[in-house]
Amino acid sequence: MAAKGSVVEVVLESDLKNVEVAEEVTRRVSSTAGFDEDDQHKIDMAVHESVINAIWHGNKNDPSKHIWLRFEIFSDRLEIHVRDQGNGYDPGHLPDPLSQENLLSVSGRGIFLIRTFMDDFRVESRAGEGTEVVLVKRLNSNNSAPSRREGP
Amino acid sequence: MKATLRLIDSVTVVDMSGRITLGEGCTQLRELIREQLGKGNKHLLLNLADVTYIDSSGIGELVSGFTRVSNEGGQLKLLSLTKKVHDLLQITKLYTVFDVHDDEAKAIGSFEKSAGA
Repeated sequence: MAAKGSVVEVVLESDLKNVEVAEEVTRRVSSTAGFDEDDQHKIDMAVHESVINAIWHGNKNDPSKHIWLRFEIFSDRLEIHVRDQGNGYDPGHLPDPLSQENLLSVSGRGIFLIRTFMDDFRVESRAGEGTEVVLVKRLNSNNSAPSRREGP
Repeated sequence: MKATLRLIDSVTVVDMSGRITLGEGCTQLRELIREQLGKGNKHLLLNLADVTYIDSSGIGELVSGFTRVSNEGGQLKLLSLTKKVHDLLQITKLYTVFDVHDDEAKAIGSFEKSAGA
């Protein structure tokens, strides 16, 4: 495992207006970590979708709750943790937005985009402790969307 | 998000700019399409050249608009996608659902004259 370089942590009030704040921090961190503009945009979008999920689905749009963002910069990758105060969900049971019956669905593409844009994505939910999603992007990875990995 | 409307040959061209994301951007797009359908304008060409950011909710709003306009017997088409939006539509397999154009005149000419304006 590569040595850890630095950590950036941000706590945000659970309000949609803070999504752009999260994006700005993400862009600065991913630039510092050495990602090119294309990868910076993918990481930005993945964090955008994760923070919206945390505010909207996790914290139920309750502004008294918070979102925790933690960026861990390694020599070979960037790990991003997004934690809310919700009850969690199982990403394994989400419908495939690419299937014919879901193609014209209005919703259901957020997690799909996160999985497409990042090299690794996992969800850690513990009762009473909120939900934490972990996003990993490796430097010089071969993940070059619009091609995508398998799975919804 | 900002939107400016032009009427050309019974096609409403919507020059959009800014962000189409959950919240204000999506709400504005939804209202814009609702208003145009209410006025009987069923030929909509969304010019996305200056749209800087679309998220999954924005994509959903485009799909919703497409479905509503189609259900009303009209057509909703897209014009001048940025690379980022183009890639998003390809990833989500929606590039083949929408009629996408790069040339405004050709896009306007592609609308069915019988569908009403």
